[in-house]
Formats: sequence, C-alpha cells, structure tokens
Amino acid sequence: MPEIGLKDVENTAKLAKLEFTGAEKEKFAGQFSKIVKFVEKISELNTDDIPPTTHAVEKRNVIREDSVGESMPIDVFEKTAPKALDRSIVVPRVIEH
Amino acid sequence: MNILDLTVKELSGAIAKKELNSVEITQAYLDAIEADHKNPKPINAYISVLSDLAIQSAKKADERIAKGNATPLTGIPVAIKDNMNIKGYPTTCGSDILTGYDTTYNAFVVEKLIGEHGMIPLGKANMDEFAMGSSTETSFYGITRNPYDRDRIPGGSSGGSAAAVAGKLAPAALGSDTGGSIRQPASLCGVVGLKPTYGTVSRYGLVAFASSLDQIGPLTHTVDDARMIFEALSAYDPKDSTSLDFQRKPMSLTGDIKGMKIGIPKEYFLDGMDKDVESVINATIKKLEDKGAKMVDISLPHTEYAVPTYYIVATAEASSNLERYDGVKYGKRDMDAKFLSDMYVRTRSGGFGEEVKRRIMLGTYVLSAGYYDAYYMKALKVRTLIKRDFEKAFEKTDAILTPVSPTPAFKIGEKTDDPIAMYLSDIFTISVNLAGIPAVSVPAGMTSAGLPIGAQVIGNLLAEETILNIAKAIEL
Repeated sequence: MPEIGLKDVENTAKLAKLEFTGAEKEKFAGQFSKIVKFVEKISELNTDDIPPTTHAVEKRNVIREDSVGESMPIDVFEKTAPKALDRSIVVPRVIEH
Repeated sequence: MNILDLTVKELSGAIAKKELNSVEITQAYLDAIEADHKNPKPINAYISVLSDLAIQSAKKADERIAKGNATPLTGIPVAIKDNMNIKGYPTTCGSDILTGYDTTYNAFVVEKLIGEHGMIPLGKANMDEFAMGSSTETSFYGITRNPYDRDRIPGGSSGGSAAAVAGKLAPAALGSDTGGSIRQPASLCGVVGLKPTYGTVSRYGLVAFASSLDQIGPLTHTVDDARMIFEALSAYDPKDSTSLDFQRKPMSLTGDIKGMKIGIPKEYFLDGMDKDVESVINATIKKLEDKGAKMVDISLPHTEYAVPTYYIVATAEASSNLERYDGVKYGKRDMDAKFLSDMYVRTRSGGFGEEVKRRIMLGTYVLSAGYYDAYYMKALKVRTLIKRDFEKAFEKTDAILTPVSPTPAFKIGEKTDDPIAMYLSDIFTISVNLAGIPAVSVPAGMTSAGLPIGAQVIGNLLAEETILNIAKAIEL
C-alpha cells in the first residue's frame, strides 16, 4: 500500500467535509500513515472463500405495515435547528459564485 | 447505615422495608456529587447533574411505592451515559458539536428504567467524545478521574459511568460498549460491567457510533445488581431494526459452576503481560477450579487481527453515522459561513475534537474508491473468521475467561499522543463486539498499589445467565 502523504489527507478531508491547518495536516499525515499501516495487518490473511459479516447476529430485513403513525411536530424541529423561520430550517446560500 | 455504601439490591430491600425512601437516597447522592465538585481533584463523573428532575422523580417514586405498585428498581438512582437521550435535556456525547441540543425523545432504555421502573436519573455521565476513546480524556467536558487514584484515568469510553459507581456518586449506571467501553472502565474502576448480546437491548435513542457493534449495558457494584438492571433493559423494540424478538426468561444466579467447562485462550496470555494482571487472572482460574469448573485450553487464532479489523469496521460505520453533524438540524453551527458547503466544513472542523476527526478520516479513507475492497470488505471477511473462532470454541466450552485490560488504570496523559497505544487498550475486549456475543467484567483482584483488576467472562450468543453465574462465582 502507498505511503500516506499530504495529498491523501487533503483528498480524504474533502470527502469527509473536514479541513485542517497546515500544521494539523503534517501531524495527521504522520499518524495516519502509522494507523493505516497498523490496520493493514489484515492483508496477511487469505479470505478468498470467506463471506463478509455485516452484522454479528443475523437477522432478515425488518419491515412493518405501511400505516400512518405519529410524526414529530414541526415546531420541535424549529426549536432544535440552529436557525429556523416559518416552519423551515434556514441555511446559508447553496449556489456559490 | 450509609446510603452510599449500599448496592441496588440492598437499597431495594431498604425501600421495601420502609427503612429508606427515594428522596433520602437521591438527596444523599446529589450531596455526594456536589461535594465531589468541591474536591481539588474531582472525579468529575458527570457532564450534567439533573438535580431538579431527580428530586421530582424521587417524590413520584415514593408516591408509587406508597401505593404498592413499585418494582424492585423503583426509587433507585442511576447515572446515564451522555449518549442516551432523556427527553428535554441535553445529550452532548462529550462533544462541542452538540452544544445547544436538547433532546426531543427518550431513549428506549430511559423509557424502561426511568419511565417504566421509576428509577431516578441523577445525571448524564462523562464519556470520550462520541464514545471514541479508552480513557475518557477526549471529552470536551474535561477528564474524569479514577476514584482509586485520582491521577489515573477511569478507562473509557464509559469512564464517567464506571467512576460514578466506583466513587459512590451513583449506585448504578448505564454505559455503551462498541469495543470494550463498558468492560474496560468497569475493570479499571473495580465495578461490574456487562456488555449484552448484540440486539438484546434496544439502541433507540443511543447516539450511533458503530451501529453493528454498539450495545448498551449496566455498570454496578455487584453481579446481582447487573442482572436486575439488564433484565429491566432487555426487551424487543420495533424501533430498533436489530432488536432481537425472543422470549426473555428471568435468570437465576446461584454462583454454582460445578461441571462447567471454561475455555482459556492461549492468545490472551502472552509473554511480557502485566504481572499484576497475570497473577489476578491465574488466581481467578484457581478459584473457579476450586468451585468445580473445568478449565479447557483453547485457541482463538485470529485474535491478533481483531484490533486492526475493529478500527476499519468501527471507523467506517462512524464516518457514515457522524455525517449527520453538519450544523443544519441541531447542535452547533458555524454562523459565519457564507455558503452551505462552507458551513458543513467549518461546523464539523470546529465542532469535532481531534480523535473524532482522526476516526472519521480513517473511516472515510477505508471506504473510499480504490481502497474499499482492500480495507473495508477485507475487514468484514476477517470479522467472519473472528466470529468462527468463537463458534468453534463454544462447541467444547460453556464460557471463556480472559483479562479485560492488558494493564491496570494508566496515568492521565500517558497515552494521549499515541493513538495506536490507546487503541491497544481494547485488545482483549474488541473481538467480543465483532462477534456480537455477551461478556462481563467482574472485579477479580488488586495490584500491590491498590488498583482494581477485572476478569472477563465471555459467553455464546444469549448466554448472559451462564456468564453472570461464573462472574458471581468470581465475586463470591
């Protein structure tokens, strides 16, 4: 596996919607390389015929009746949102220019 | 009689005999919490103390007791880890990003213990930020100290819950366990901590970290107390799609383990292991043999791959679960951002702490194009191998005995700069979460310096009664 560099940190941060200062990036790249190297240990194992486990206790898909239940009232969301107006959550502009 | 010395079972008995009432008990704990705040080195087990709610609930509990329709848990205080919702109060998850968030519904476990049984919520216990840590040092709300040595960590991530019980700031607490977060602090603080079978306790209203691994359980002074609370928590909940729907039966704990076969996995006993931990576990083996159990040498060959597998699976799930903290719907928002995309980035970068960002980054990386198969898919396959190791072991044993933590409680700050050293604190607890099986940490001895050491009893799926019985034999 490739060594993790600043570029990888930047690309991953972009996907994760995070940003780091220059010094943070340097520190991070170092730690990140060590952690990735540490978890790469699993590549030693041959898993060709092994099925993946996504949940420890197998359960089939859980479905319910498509019936109308009680919803959380909108004013509850207006209260928890950092900014709200007229039954809507307000966010900054979406289109950048 | 000192109220703070009593177990849940003893408090319940005293309430039933009218020797104590809930308001007295609750006030004694609130006074103890306040006294701790004045200590120059406070335990700091709580992020928030819910004094008014607690007293109000205690009055109601006393009315219920007087009417004769109480349960054995009615009126008994409990600390709730701050990643479970109590409606109308903050859930911070130990993070700045949830500043300002008051919850809008009760967690299932809160509904059960506080709503149905009338237990008293003393407060929200401190924890590593988003339960990511093994020392409670990543909390935005400051560190929690180990009651046995205040310069040491209590373990984590449920460090507040464990320290509250050990420090007599609550008779019982709820924690959550994703990779050892109930058992490791229980061991380091000398209390009992149970991680139940995945799916036995509903996760509804528990803030998600790694959904396929997270499970809620009790931290208590005794095995009997853990049983009482576990039985109150364990129920089918249609609101959690992974909740198991089966007939739950009351347990009987006698501590009788005659004829039981207990597996001792060689991979958990390595050269160079901590001498105190080694001698406590050896003494525990001897004790169990004296009580009629038979020890069986077993192998869990994929043990050394458990921590790497965990840090792929858990961080991948976390990176997805924590996407919801974007400043839009609740919690903190960076108000200076001009555009929506900036707001996401600035809110998250400012609101999350370092360890949480590190894990989101790792999770994002292992799921990203080009790496998914090599890391994430591979880890899911290794998870199968780890699970099979246990299945094979349980063909010839009733339970498995191991240490909980490779060392007793370490010093505050000792591992904060070395993420991998911190991750290895969970080396003996992580496999259990990957396999979904239950395990309990029970106090088993002390170091010469007076630090507690726990033993871990691991059981097959739904074998809570078996492991608690063995734990009781260790405790007696």
